[in-house]
Order: sequence, then C-alpha cells, then structure tokens
Amino acid sequence: MKAFAALLERLAFTPARNAKLQLLRHYLERTADPDRGWALAALTGDLELRRVTPSLLRGLAAERVDDQLLALSYDFVGDLAETIALVWPEGAEDDPALSHAVALLQGTGKAALPGAIAAMLDRLGPSERLAFLKLATGNLRVGVSARMARMALAGMGAPSVPEIEEIWHGLAPPYAPLFGWIGGGARPESAALAPFRPVMLSTATDLDQLRGLAPGDYFAEWKWDGIRVQAVAEGGMRRVYSRTGEDISHAFPDLIEAMDFEGSVDGELIVRREGEVAPFGELQKRLNRKTVGKGLLSSHPAGLRLYDLLLWEGRDLRAEPLEARRRVLEAVDFGPRIDLSPLLDFASWDDLAALRADPPAAVIEGVMIKRRDSAYVAGRPRGPWFKWKRDPMVVDAVLIYAQRGHGKRSGFHSDFTFGLWDGGELVPVGKAYFGFTDAELRELDRFVRQNTVERYGPVRALAPKLVVEVAFEGLNRSARHRSGVAMRFPRISRIRWDKPAAEADHLATLEAML
Amino acid sequence: MRADSILFPTEAGLFCPQGGFHIDPLRPVERALITHGHSDHARLGHGAVMATAETLEIMRLRMGDGFAGSVQVAEPETRIGGVTVGFHPAGHVLGSSQISVTAGGCRIVVSGDYARQPNPTCAPFQPVPCDVFVTEATFGLPVFRFPEPSTQVEKLLASMAEFPDRPHLVGAYALGKAQHVIALMREAGYDAPIAIHGALKALCDFYAFRGVELGALVPATAEDVAAQLVIAPPSAFASPWVQRFRDPVIGFASGWMAVRARARQRGAELPLVISDHVDWPALTGTLAELAPAEVWVTHGAEDGVIRWCELAQIPARPLRLVGYEDEAE
Repeated sequence: MKAFAALLERLAFTPARNAKLQLLRHYLERTADPDRGWALAALTGDLELRRVTPSLLRGLAAERVDDQLLALSYDFVGDLAETIALVWPEGAEDDPALSHAVALLQGTGKAALPGAIAAMLDRLGPSERLAFLKLATGNLRVGVSARMARMALAGMGAPSVPEIEEIWHGLAPPYAPLFGWIGGGARPESAALAPFRPVMLSTATDLDQLRGLAPGDYFAEWKWDGIRVQAVAEGGMRRVYSRTGEDISHAFPDLIEAMDFEGSVDGELIVRREGEVAPFGELQKRLNRKTVGKGLLSSHPAGLRLYDLLLWEGRDLRAEPLEARRRVLEAVDFGPRIDLSPLLDFASWDDLAALRADPPAAVIEGVMIKRRDSAYVAGRPRGPWFKWKRDPMVVDAVLIYAQRGHGKRSGFHSDFTFGLWDGGELVPVGKAYFGFTDAELRELDRFVRQNTVERYGPVRALAPKLVVEVAFEGLNRSARHRSGVAMRFPRISRIRWDKPAAEADHLATLEAML
Repeated sequence: MRADSILFPTEAGLFCPQGGFHIDPLRPVERALITHGHSDHARLGHGAVMATAETLEIMRLRMGDGFAGSVQVAEPETRIGGVTVGFHPAGHVLGSSQISVTAGGCRIVVSGDYARQPNPTCAPFQPVPCDVFVTEATFGLPVFRFPEPSTQVEKLLASMAEFPDRPHLVGAYALGKAQHVIALMREAGYDAPIAIHGALKALCDFYAFRGVELGALVPATAEDVAAQLVIAPPSAFASPWVQRFRDPVIGFASGWMAVRARARQRGAELPLVISDHVDWPALTGTLAELAPAEVWVTHGAEDGVIRWCELAQIPARPLRLVGYEDEAE
C-alpha cells in the first residue's frame, strides 16, 4: 500500500501530463505483480469493487473519535475520506499489499464490511489510509485517463500504444499477461468479442499545403461535429468505443440496437432529429451516463454517420484502399439510424475551399480530405488523411481574472478568465490557458502584476483594461455558466493592446453566434 | 492569587499589571516580553524589550538597530515589579522561549509558539510545571498529526531523484522553517550546495554563526542558479523571481501541507509536512503531561483544544487575541 499511496499523492499534486506519465511508468516498473495491475485498474476506473458509502465511514469514525472533534475536523478538511484518514487513531503501521486491500473490498460481505475496513485502517499509516478509503469510495481523482495509463505502459517496453489498445478490451485486472508481454513474453491473445481496434487519425492542413497535392487523388467529406467512434458488432456482441478505446456502449442503447451488421465501422456519433444533425451540446447530454432514461432516448436520439470500416463479415479490410472499403459501405442498408457520410463533389482545392466556407449545416466543423488509396493505419500517420477545419469563431473579450500556472509556467499568470459586456458589466464567458507565445506570456504576466485590483487566494482580479481576441471552435448553451453559454477550445488568438476595453464585444454578439 | 488578575488579555495583548509588561504585544507598549522572533509576536516600536539573546538579535536583523527603545537579555529567572518572570526553551525556532510569570504562589506559563519534535536548529521544549498553561492552537485539530520530518526529507530527495533536471523550489518561512529544512537535509546526508533566496541570507548566516550546521549555501538570485534545491520564503513564489527557473517542482514546507485542500491552495506540487508547531498529539500530550489547573488558548483552532480539555476535564478558555496569524508557518 505504501508505494501505491505515495503514487496517488504525487499524482494528485502533479499537474503536468509528462510528469504524471513518468511517475506512473516508474511505479509500474518498480512494483511487482499483481499489485501493479490492481493499481493500474484502480487508476483507469476498471476495478470493480464494493462501494463503501459515506455513512458507513462516518459510523466507523464516530466509534473512534469524539463527534464534536470529528465535525470540527471535517469542517476544516472538507473531504470525508481525507478527514477520516487523518483523524483515525494511529495503529500498528505495516505495509499490506494493495492486492490484499482489493481482495478485502471485493470479497467481504455487507455485514462484515465495516469491521474489515476498520481493521484495515488500524494497520495503515495516514497516507495509506487515505489511499485505501479513496479506493473504497471509488473516487481516486488523480487525473489519469485510461489513455495515459496505456501510454505509460507503452513506455515500459516494446509494445506500442496502438498494439496495447488492440488487446486492451480482452484483458482483466490485474493484467499479468499484459505485463508479461511488456516484459518480453508472448503477446496475450485477445479473448474479447467485438474488441476495440486503434483508429486512424488525420493531421491538420491548409490551402497552401493542399495546393501541392492532386485533388483527383483524394476524397473529401464533411467533418461532423460529434464524437468519433468505432462501432463493433461481432459474433452477437455489440459495442461502441470512443476513439481512445473507452467503451461507451451503456450510454447509447438506441445505437447498439440499430447495429444490425457484422463488422467494425468508423464514424461520427451524433444526435439526429428528423434527418438533421443536432449541435454538439445536444450530444453532450447523452455522454457520461451510466444509464439513459426513455425521455432522453426519444428527445435526443443517437445516430451514427459512417466514414469508414475496418472489418466486414469476418474480413479485415484495413489494408485495402479506402475506395474499396467505401464501396463495401455503399452497398449496405444500415437502416434509419446509421448512414454514410456523403462525399463532396469538387474538382479543385478552390472548389473545396468554397464548400468549406459555406457548409450546409452549423454542426459541420470543416472538411476531411483522404487519399483514395489509403490503407486504414492505426495512429496519426502524416499524409493520407487531412482535416481542414473551418476558421474559428472569434470575439474580442476583456481579461478580468488571472491565475498562476504550473510546471513550465510557474510564476507566470497564464490562466485567464475573460468577459464580455452585458449592460455596463463584464460577464465572465470563459477561460483560456494557451494561444499566446512565450514572449506574449511574459507581457501578459507583467500586465497582470501591474493591474491587479484584488486577490482571492491564488486568483487576481484585474482592472478591466486589456482586450484579447478569443478564438473558439463552437458554442453550447450552458446552465452552469453565468453567461449561459460555454465555448469549446477557447484560446487567446491575439492580444489587442491597441483596443480600448469599452470597445470589446457584448454578450449579445456571442449569443447571436449560437 | 487569581491567575486572571496576574495576567489577562487586553487590546494590546496579554498584560501583567504587577510587572507592568505585555507578552508578545500586538501594538507598541512600554515594556514587552517577547517569546520569539516571528513578526506577529515580535513587533517594532516597544519602549523596552526583554527576550533571549537570540531573539533580540533576530529582531535586530529583521527590523534594524532601533527596533526598540532599550533591550535586555532575559535571565532564566528575573524579578519584575511584583512578579517573577522566567524564560524556558520552547523548541519552536532559535531563541524561542516560553515565559513563566509567578506571583502569590500561582505560576502561569505562556508557551508562545512551541514544538515537541526534535529540531536540530533550536533547544528542545522544556516542560515547566504550572497552574495555568497558555497554549497556542495553530494545529489544534486531530487531523494534524505530523509525520517524522525525516520521511518528508526522503520525499523531497525521492522527487529530486525522480526529476533530476527540474529545480526543486521549497517555500519555507524565512525564520526557523527555512533553516529547519536545510538542517534536516544535511542530517539526511545531502551535502550539495543549497540555494537560498536573498531574504533568507541574514537569518541563515545568524543560525550558522550560532552553530547550526547548514552546510554550503549559494545565492538563488543569479540568472543561473547552481543548485537543484532552492529554498525561498512563500511570498517569493508570487513574484517574478520564480520565472528564472525552468519547469520547477514547487514544494512548501508547512504543517498546513497535511491537508490537501490547503496544499492545493498554495499551488504545491510537492507538499512537505514539516512544522515547527505542536501537532494534535503533541499539544494534547503536553497538556496531559503538565496537567495544569487551567488552560488558556491564544490563537488557532481554539474550539478543538477546548473540546479536548472538556473531555479531559481540564478547565479551559479561549483568550481571543486577534493579530497572531495562523499562517505564521
């Protein structure tokens, strides 16, 4: 438990992705099976444990600590598991294996659980108690995604991220065969039905680059603003995966039901009503749900717009040219929920530029350009596929708050909140962390220091003086934001030292872009 | 004689009318007895100051020669007016003392800030039997149980090994904590030069002069700082000084680091739980050991300490002195 607890603590305080990856890789390299496998599963959310409720924990703590002192402590700490980890009376501190803690949480019956948890807490030091309680409450919150975990694994040995992704869904914690493979042993056979296969990604392009290519060698299609998914139906098993291999099937039973085919296809998950693709915000309502109610299924019906396919009726078509794969797709009737992304008719790049400038629907993010003869290759190969996104939307906003950054930006104010005018008042509409150069960052930092009017802990309120051009990819309505709208991928595209704050945009301008 | 006629809180701080002095007064007074050199306890502009030689020197270093009208080095025991005053080591920072005030057979001990963990930079806390013990309560909640300082130094060393190319910047209060962290590193066998922010230089020099082993210290003011470990006061982390370091690991050494939300507020990537105050077991253990007839609580989490005293059946009350920072770490 000690090494796992130390890892969790370090990850919880480490903001930088590369540092997180390094910490994770070193932990996995230095820890023996099966503990490292359990740790990996816990971090990626693949560990099924009995969930311990806050009331059970409160009850345990009340037996050991005075009520009033516990209440005062909880008030100060603000997190129940942490409070209990800290106030729990010190016992004999030994170092039970993580697998022991996992076995306890997997195998203990309801009646015996409180006693077993108390006995475990008695054996642990404070940091390990917190790790154990976070495990028990299913709430690690250390900012490690499954994708990041697989990158750490790929850093340990020969298998690459796509190779690991390809077999990931056939594996179960504590992943001994996977670690065996990474250590130089045999590749585990994927036992999973309908497994995820690594997807092919595109690189960004522009007109200058395209002019060097022959338009006739390429297909072009709209880039739909949904979620790129892989839908797999094999041997009676049906699954929908995100492009990083997260299984999101449970949130989309309507699509699963419509997947009446045998194969693995690549497309855009969308919400569609009466043939029209709904804005991304509508799709977001369907995401991150354990179950979906009937109401949402009928008000926000999921659909799939196909781009490509990997396997069809038992045949792996990934090595075939795109043109051939597309012909297979065109011959199939997928029913009303699933259709094929149409090809665009263009003879020159200027034709395509004109189409891109005036798409037929607001949910189109740009165009995709793919070589007709391209094989389906895992990862992001340079060349065969391009995305040519539409120009971002922009507003001129006023900087109103700033916060210091971390890691490479320690000491610099690099996290900015900006606002738009609403009457005589600036309403915060978003936050941006990037878009500026290092030299601009130094200038912004100087501006922040010279124009701070108030401080709230690490946050500085600024005199409303500086206008920045904020570029973003889309807008959603949002009840969580005071302004009522949320930007996607906002970044500072230009600093308008020249523009008076009074001439910044109004909230109404943003609302009109919805 | 009743304890609360010997010593009682006033707007200026704890006052002893028979001796005509305040202890750690919060505003300028005629006669001040000072427990230790932290700025919320040792202020500028008193008429006469009595404190240990170390505390007086620290006050001079921080506030300049004319910090008080006159100064007097404290004796272990002195008669002032109608009371006997004693100075006893508090284990908090170099020169820190508890101050005892005895009159009419009643002894009150004002702890000032104190610690019970061994600290290589100052004399250990000396328990003084008393009728009233005046305790701080900076960390007066059971959530505060500080680990062995050596484990925190190991954590820092492990991080420096894990990220050998990243400078490690540790925020530590200029008086006491900074030298404590450096001395702990030296105890752990770390003998490379340690860089210190300019604001720490005078106090580090003084500690070294008083025999505390701090090893080789280099300035952290140059463009290119020649050390992987850099110690600086917490305030420096909000200044452009930090910008000279590439991709630093930011740590803070403080008892507050024991609680994650507090560590996050500080922007710490490496929280080091190193304190020069008593934690909960040390505080309550001290009260149990001294078994005073009454406990007074000066500042911090009074409610927790008073609840503990209630459970231990020791009469206790808060003094509600305003002006001591609970951030004084």
